[in-house]
Amino acid sequence: MSEAMNDQIAENEAKFVDISGVHKLFGSGKSRYHALAGVDLRIAKGEFVSIIGHSGCGKSTLLNLVAGLNMPTTGSVAVNGKEVSAPGLDRAVVFQSHSLLPWLTVLENVLVAVDSVYPDKDKKFRMEEARKYVDMVHLTAHVNKKPAQLSGGMKQRVGIARAFAADPQVLLLDEPFGALDALTRGSMQDELTTIWEKNRKTVMMITHDVDEAVFLSDRIVLMSNGPAATIAKVVEVPIPRPRTREALLEDSHYLEIRKELLHYLIGTGMHSAAA
Amino acid sequence: MIMNTEKPSETGKSPLKANGNGHQVLSERPKPMVTSLKTVMTKMTSKPRPAAILPIPTEDPERTARIRDRARTFIMPLVAIFFVGLFWEIYSSGQGVVLPGPIKTITESWKLIAHPWFDNGPNDKGLGWQLLFSLQRVGMGYSLAAVVGVLMGILIGKSAMAFKALDPIFQVLRTIPPLAWLPIALATFNQANPSAVFVIFITAIWPIIINTSVGIMRIPVEYENVAKVYQLRGSRYFFKVMLPSAAPYIFTGLRIAIGMAWLAIVAAEMLTGGVGIGFFIWDSWNSSRLTDIIVSVFYVGMVGLALDRIVAKIASLFGTRGD
Repeated sequence: MSEAMNDQIAENEAKFVDISGVHKLFGSGKSRYHALAGVDLRIAKGEFVSIIGHSGCGKSTLLNLVAGLNMPTTGSVAVNGKEVSAPGLDRAVVFQSHSLLPWLTVLENVLVAVDSVYPDKDKKFRMEEARKYVDMVHLTAHVNKKPAQLSGGMKQRVGIARAFAADPQVLLLDEPFGALDALTRGSMQDELTTIWEKNRKTVMMITHDVDEAVFLSDRIVLMSNGPAATIAKVVEVPIPRPRTREALLEDSHYLEIRKELLHYLIGTGMHSAAA
Repeated sequence: MIMNTEKPSETGKSPLKANGNGHQVLSERPKPMVTSLKTVMTKMTSKPRPAAILPIPTEDPERTARIRDRARTFIMPLVAIFFVGLFWEIYSSGQGVVLPGPIKTITESWKLIAHPWFDNGPNDKGLGWQLLFSLQRVGMGYSLAAVVGVLMGILIGKSAMAFKALDPIFQVLRTIPPLAWLPIALATFNQANPSAVFVIFITAIWPIIINTSVGIMRIPVEYENVAKVYQLRGSRYFFKVMLPSAAPYIFTGLRIAIGMAWLAIVAAEMLTGGVGIGFFIWDSWNSSRLTDIIVSVFYVGMVGLALDRIVAKIASLFGTRGD
């Protein structure tokens, strides 16, 4: 009996995020748009998966389905064996446009998540909990600043702190560093790997940066171009962790994977430009 | 969103290091004489390079420009007022002109101007009392309109059903001139005072409802998504997302409404009578005290301006978006 239970747990962990047969259509009549066509994807517990593709290929749509901000037209999305029917704290999102509430301070923005996780704990506990996550992203000196007083990188770090503060089962990153300059992006990626190495959350990240995907992910999912986008290819990244940028450059897999991804992306890019 | 306005606070602390030019640094400071010394001092201690030691500029061209600009802001309106008064005086001194000139207005109504708080019984009170009674009516009608208007605005802003049901009704009602409501109010309340308050209420409520509902409907999708993902519901959603996001719109509505309320009170009081600036003006007309009317009208304008500025000030405290 316990074996059966263990099997069940193992199965759940192998398909911690389970997207199966998902189609998504927007609008109706003439303006009907077939965004996703038959997407199947399983993400194991503790796995870091990146989804990469050209703009408008439905990457963000897929992420929103897992977040519960949108519902699939057909097919199903389940997290930890439970069908996704609404947004929830178990699936925290780091939004592309940081989406901090501008009238709240850094600490208060993180508290938004903490207060929802621990509605019954006292104020002091919640404040300490929020501070912990602000410390984690090295913004201790800026706890009482408003988002407008922060740089783009710092805002996104608050977004990451807020997502971790929700203590989610799955972390959904929607092009988290897309709006940042290259240097800030690099240091943010370093920071994210460090945090991730410590707690190994299950992560689904949308990106269009090949290097970012290779550096951070265990697996990279390539999407075909929309309309009716679907998964074109899945690439494993067998580079040992913890990874450092320097070691990455030496790694033989790195260049190979990078080449493979770019080859695909450039190929489809040309194809879509010709069409 | 506004990535360009980011401050470089992540890397450097003081802007002094950033720009090596002394004038630029000083121009950012409001009090150049004191802070200029400090700036040079910090420069010397933190960066002991010869290039960092700059002479204290004896005069700050930007500061003088600012003072000159501020002086103009005060002097130019005075010049304009002087000329308006002059032309008014010239016009009034013409043959057969009934309108009293500014000098005659001040001398004849001096008692009214100098003693705003005299009180000789219910029918003879100073201008201060008259304005206070009017303000009281406006205050009651306006507060009621603010509370009901914001609540109604939230209702039709949040519920598409309520919007479909109520918006056509509001669109018709809001075009009705304030005084058209007065006979209905008089018939309903049978009393002058509540009727005047009702006219203020019904005048002020429409811009509040409409602006609030627009503010609620325009809560950015990003904030709605944050609220959904991080489970902000009920009062936390109300105070942390909805009100702050809609605040600029709500305050715009409140500001338009206070102006309209003050416009309506004078007309309403002319018809309802009693103590109040509107009836005072009407009474002065009936007793041919033209100079009193001019003084009263001037006060009505000043109070209207003050009301507008007070609401604008409150709006600037609450209604700003940090992003």
